[in-house]
Amino acid sequence: MDETRRDFLLKTGKFIVLSAAAAGAWEAVVHGQPDRVPEAYRLLDHWWAFTIDIDKCIGCGNCVYACKKENDVPLEPQFSRTWVERYHVNPDDMEHPEVDSPDGGYFGFPEKYAGQDGKNFFVPKMCNHCATSPCVQVCPVGATFESPDGVVLVDKSYCLGCRYCVQACPYGCRFIDPRTSTVDKCTLCYHRITKGLTTACCEVCPTGARQLGDLKNPNDPIHAFLRDHKVQILKPQMATGAKCYYNGLDGSVR
Amino acid sequence: MHGLMQGVQGYIYPDELELQWGVLIVLYPYITGLVAGAFILASLERVFKVEAVKPTYRLALLTALAFLLVAPLPLQLHLGHPERSLEMYFTPHTTSAMAMFGFVYLWYLMAVLVLEIWLDYRKDIVLMWKASTGLKAWMYKIMALGSDDISERALLTDDKVGHFITIVGIPSAFLLHGYVGFIFGSVKANPWWSSPMMPVVFLFSAIVSGIALVLVMYQFTAWYKRLPVRMDCLDTIARYLMYAFIIDFSLEMLDLLHRIYEADESFKSLDFMVHTRLYFSQIILQIILGTLLPIGMLALAQLVKLTDKARQGLYAAAGLLTLVGIFAMRWNVVIGGQLFSKSFLGYTTYKMDLVSREGLLPSIVLMILPFVILAVLVRILPPWPSAEDEAA
Repeated sequence: MDETRRDFLLKTGKFIVLSAAAAGAWEAVVHGQPDRVPEAYRLLDHWWAFTIDIDKCIGCGNCVYACKKENDVPLEPQFSRTWVERYHVNPDDMEHPEVDSPDGGYFGFPEKYAGQDGKNFFVPKMCNHCATSPCVQVCPVGATFESPDGVVLVDKSYCLGCRYCVQACPYGCRFIDPRTSTVDKCTLCYHRITKGLTTACCEVCPTGARQLGDLKNPNDPIHAFLRDHKVQILKPQMATGAKCYYNGLDGSVR
Repeated sequence: MHGLMQGVQGYIYPDELELQWGVLIVLYPYITGLVAGAFILASLERVFKVEAVKPTYRLALLTALAFLLVAPLPLQLHLGHPERSLEMYFTPHTTSAMAMFGFVYLWYLMAVLVLEIWLDYRKDIVLMWKASTGLKAWMYKIMALGSDDISERALLTDDKVGHFITIVGIPSAFLLHGYVGFIFGSVKANPWWSSPMMPVVFLFSAIVSGIALVLVMYQFTAWYKRLPVRMDCLDTIARYLMYAFIIDFSLEMLDLLHRIYEADESFKSLDFMVHTRLYFSQIILQIILGTLLPIGMLALAQLVKLTDKARQGLYAAAGLLTLVGIFAMRWNVVIGGQLFSKSFLGYTTYKMDLVSREGLLPSIVLMILPFVILAVLVRILPPWPSAEDEAA
């Protein structure tokens, strides 16, 4: 045996170090495999969208109430992540609908148009979680962003409060939270949907007018909904890639 | 709630109840416009060799600097988190028009304005350094960066570099203000703003306001220092003001005509606004008193032979009216753009605070501040011709 003690120690040393590294790597591979951890939420497996069925909305305002409660949104109506509009359209004057939204619909809607000619309907509004959001485009520091699973979110620890995004949103879905002086908006209840729950507004909607959908999940009912209904998005001319699909949306809705 | 709903007409989205951008954001394009305009006037002398405006060259540069130093303050005051504003430099979001403001601003301040003023004043700084003692001498020594070389060769180099910087400066001034216009013009959600004309209109109104400011300041400082006013200089500036104003007004009228003729879905909203909430600030202040009247006055001075005294008065009045008119224009863009709902179904009103952070009082202070800075600047770097210059 012509191996010196020096060679032996070197080889043994290398073996010990490398096997430890290999064991560590193996461990990491095992634990890094998310499908071994059943509850893990994988960003790239989801692409969230939303459907609203105008014909089903009864204007109860539960969604507005639940959203404020769940997400600690200030109660004043100008701070709303979601709100409900009531439309009254006179058949002779389609271009000038009468619209109101008392307190954002928080307390529901007192009767107003009983016995009057014309059509009445409710339009729930919320962030459209646009795929090419103008609000994200204009943020000077990138505090607001589109998450890989299709939700427009805000990093409140980074937001300057410059309000450019509020100006850029065509749908009026953003506001400045007076308590933090940063922008606030619908998060699609991100803290819930990443745990397999639906949003607070969908949860409480008594008629199922509001539905969360995952476009990347082939078994999600949203596919059937989009196939079976004639849906429309708000202000399609803005080309924002809105992912909030309305069934039965009247042309008078802005 | 009921207090808030006062002044609301029709239906507006919840977040449109209160205006997002108030009077401070009116000041921002107004002040940067004055900077860009004053600089462009100054560069006329340097690049295009318009000798007649030479007496205002230094005053125009210092005025531009005084206003540029104040330009970021209204933005800073308006931010919800001013302490985070440096993030715009460290982690700029490249798709944001606003993110580039910091860079455009710094470039313009440091690479153009400060350098040009320094090169132009270097000889004077060295002479003042040598002529003074104590703290004052130290101040000028630091400003001269310790170099007292004012040999003919060194001054020639100064002049060459200064000339180059002015040439770079003109597109930079265009960039500075055209860019401010782009911040508004690129908001597709707002039909009052969204227009490729916006940067061009902003630029020309900036040139107009800057020239008007220098026209007024030149007369004021001459009166204050009891120096003779050079009428050839005044006449030339007034003529340029008229030309720039005519271009500016034509562009704005083109924009208006286009909107009226196209009459798209937003038109009824905007038309209603101009006839009601914006009637005073748009029709009366901006167009009649702030544009047509000063253009008429300037034209009068061209067409009719008037005494020096009469022309001076006419120019001063036209300059002041122009400054009011351009302020009204900024107001109508910024505030006007937020008075109607993006639903086109309703309108809100702007309720200006008095003493709050974004109120009237800070705005007044911010408008006075550049003049205070200018008063200090002219003390350190006198822009007035020395006796020997006058003799020559």
